[in-house]
Amino acid sequence: MDRDKADSPGASRRGLLKCMAWAGTGIVWSVVGGVPRGLNLTDAAYAAPADGFTFVQISDTHIGFNKEANPDPNATLQAALDRIAKLPKKPAMLIHTGDVSHLSKAAEFDTAAEVLKSVKQDIHYVPGEHDVIGDDGKQFFERFAKQATPARCYSFDHAGVHFVGLTNVLTFEKAHAGGFGSEQLEWLEKDLKGRSASTPIVVFAHVPMWPIYPQWGWATEDAPQALSYLKRFGSVTILNGHIHQVVQKVEGKVTYQTAFSTAFPQPKAGEGPAPAPLKVPAEQLRSVIGVREVAVAPAHSLAVTDITLA
Amino acid sequence: MTNSPMRRLWIGTAGAMLLASAGALAQQAAATKSAEIVIENFKFVPATLTVTPGTTVTWSNHDEEPHNIVNVDQPRRFRSQAIDGGEKYTFLFDQPGTYKYICAVHPHMEGTVIVK
Repeated sequence: MDRDKADSPGASRRGLLKCMAWAGTGIVWSVVGGVPRGLNLTDAAYAAPADGFTFVQISDTHIGFNKEANPDPNATLQAALDRIAKLPKKPAMLIHTGDVSHLSKAAEFDTAAEVLKSVKQDIHYVPGEHDVIGDDGKQFFERFAKQATPARCYSFDHAGVHFVGLTNVLTFEKAHAGGFGSEQLEWLEKDLKGRSASTPIVVFAHVPMWPIYPQWGWATEDAPQALSYLKRFGSVTILNGHIHQVVQKVEGKVTYQTAFSTAFPQPKAGEGPAPAPLKVPAEQLRSVIGVREVAVAPAHSLAVTDITLA
Repeated sequence: MTNSPMRRLWIGTAGAMLLASAGALAQQAAATKSAEIVIENFKFVPATLTVTPGTTVTWSNHDEEPHNIVNVDQPRRFRSQAIDGGEKYTFLFDQPGTYKYICAVHPHMEGTVIVK
């Protein structure tokens, strides 16, 4: 694989240069709190939203997980919410990019809803594969994404930005990776049709929408078709989860980024036998999990800041 | 279908009564034929398991991650709920055939049960 893709910005010189190039056309990327900083643009990230708005991405809360890598994911989710509450600018909304639960159990969904009910803003959810075990997501959509179409997707607008929530965890059996399926792709094509190319688009879905490491299912089989509908837009931000670590890729006007989990980290692509929970010393856990703030400036440039819970 | 487990149990028991020395036959005919597949490091071991009809197959998850067992046939013959680390799932294979399955949580994990 191309290891450069799996590096977070700052981890390699090439990654740094990519980010700087993109910063020139509108996106600022930074990491706060215990993680090496790729760019010294944190101030810019905070300054950008003066008159715009921010939103927050949380991911992979894995409520119900009880193993050594994090015996108390409820507490780390709560810590994530506390961290969000301390952000200088109040986010307009939250986006949860899936794996709300660990085993798709009703009690886990109950607990997640209980912890998350302290959030005053709307939370827009898409499922992870851990949320659809055994029932194709029936419980999940009833509880967390009633607005989804029968194709399991939805969109909404906020302050001129078009947000699209997609589900790419229901075709694992066929694709051996993430996938949207034809019904959802048709919906996406229609949803985007007629929108001005200057509309900033934010797409959120659980599994990475570019092939980070297909051997572990870290890819979305039919993402290229989704991208074919998106590429005419001037600014496309794709927010994914699933791999419990921050990885970024820039491709023309499209930026792809995976987010931290709020529960536990996973190994880098191909390191070790499997994408299993990565155990770190308890005192280090909060420096490898976190949340993401996305700032949208009035001119519709987007600034992404990944914040650990340390 | 005459080859139900109960019917074969009855035949087997009768056979054992007729052939008192045929201990092996009696053992084979017991309705508790079983086989195990271990899930370890995101692999099914063995990846291909061959059993005779009437065998109960147990998948034991030795990973910390949850897995599940989903038959890829249409219509689907079996699908488990989440099997967390340390948990098991069993399915009785009473029909001959080749059954491919995956873990739908980690779809790169594939296995096959051959019943003949």
